[in-house]
Amino acid sequence: MKVHVDQERCQGHGRCYALAPEVFEPDDIGNGVEIGDGVVPPELQDAARRAVENCPEQAIVLEEVGA
Amino acid sequence: MSTDERFDIDIDAIIADAPQGVDNEIISGPVTDWATDFDHTAPEWAANPFPIMEDLRDRCPVAHTDRYGGAWLPTRHDDVSAIAYDTEHFTSRSVVLGNHRPPLELAPFGISPPISSDPPFHHGARRLLLPAFAPQMIAELEDSTRAYCEELLDATAGQDVVDAAIDYAQHIPVRVIADMLGFPREDAHIFRGFVHDVLEGINEPLEVRFESMQGLFMYLNEQILDHVANPRDDLTTYLIEAEMEGVKLDPFHIAGTIALLLIAGIDTTWSAIGASIWHLAGHSEDRERLVAEPELLPTAMEEFLRAYAPVTMARLVKDDFDFNGTPMKAEDWILLSFPAANRDPELFDDADQVIIDREVNRHSAFGLGIHRCLGSHLARLELRVALEVWLARYPDFSLADPDAVTWSHGQVRGPRALPLAVNR
Repeated sequence: MKVHVDQERCQGHGRCYALAPEVFEPDDIGNGVEIGDGVVPPELQDAARRAVENCPEQAIVLEEVGA
Repeated sequence: MSTDERFDIDIDAIIADAPQGVDNEIISGPVTDWATDFDHTAPEWAANPFPIMEDLRDRCPVAHTDRYGGAWLPTRHDDVSAIAYDTEHFTSRSVVLGNHRPPLELAPFGISPPISSDPPFHHGARRLLLPAFAPQMIAELEDSTRAYCEELLDATAGQDVVDAAIDYAQHIPVRVIADMLGFPREDAHIFRGFVHDVLEGINEPLEVRFESMQGLFMYLNEQILDHVANPRDDLTTYLIEAEMEGVKLDPFHIAGTIALLLIAGIDTTWSAIGASIWHLAGHSEDRERLVAEPELLPTAMEEFLRAYAPVTMARLVKDDFDFNGTPMKAEDWILLSFPAANRDPELFDDADQVIIDREVNRHSAFGLGIHRCLGSHLARLELRVALEVWLARYPDFSLADPDAVTWSHGQVRGPRALPLAVNR
């Protein structure tokens, strides 16, 4: 699984880094960004999905890689 | 003492020369039909707007009123979000619906940048503020906020009845924002007066409204001049020294932004804290579960924000425009009800139920799009800390007198009197 925050859509609600702090982090203006290359290890995938489901702007792109 | 010629201005002369807006006749009296004559200041809306929203969602879904010179009220999430995203057809020139439309010349700045600003000016004005309100900066306020919440409850020791709105919730955001702006803490009652005038006084005669706005800006001007003379490490000094594209800010931009920070940060958070405690006072199963499982609080908090979203915004229609079959006219108001969007069964299962462990909760209590509440991270911090401190001190409480609970009216909704029996 791979995640990416679309910076055109993100408005900095911060739900992603609150719900999945090991997958997302805030930048200096509070927008969410994926940590590293955005590849989500299996143990963090539930948290990442929850972040996607709770983003008010639907700004997170989730890709199931080699599922 | 430093001098800054930007502030050598004759405010009275500028006000006298300023372009005038448009006033309309004030229509009051009971609502005849919510679909065609809605009024968000009506007592039944303040007491419980949700059945009205549900009814409108089924049969309109965009209600209208001739009050306020003409206004629309969308009630579905899809419509609310479409308008929030559409800065081409809707302007934020005024975000408090009333009987006065500010002059068109105010756009794209508006009276309180960036909430009242439109693109492209909006972006820079907002960018200036975002770092100060980013979560990593806000986190530094946790200890002082917690200490203040404890202090407020220490003062209630020995009472059988504690008013969670008057003794507790109303004080928390005022203290936090006064400290951030570097304003005197003892002026808290003055700030609450401004908030009341701006948000709840919308049907006051227009000259009364004008005077209270003038009072607000004169107060802010005094504080700004004091900061010009005595710069310090706070948001007011930051704004005085800030630049947009290499140019320092216009003094009205500074005062307008400070007015926004002062007003938007106070009764909104006060309402969110109060409404959450009100819910728990009436739902002992939820209260007991949160006391037993404090780790659930962040999830429960989002549900309180969804179900009791305190803030409704407003827009003005730029030009005549057909919005999905609704014939909107230039200068019509839009009452942008995030509380109604948050109760839309199209988006939420059991939308009218408060489910404190709701896992999928794409609510829009802090708005959507470019005007997402700048202070949302601060509001969440205050709400979480206020609830943690309250539940630790008073794990067992209930409404002392349900009829004594009162709610604010207008665009920010929350309890203004909330007497609770606390079992000590």
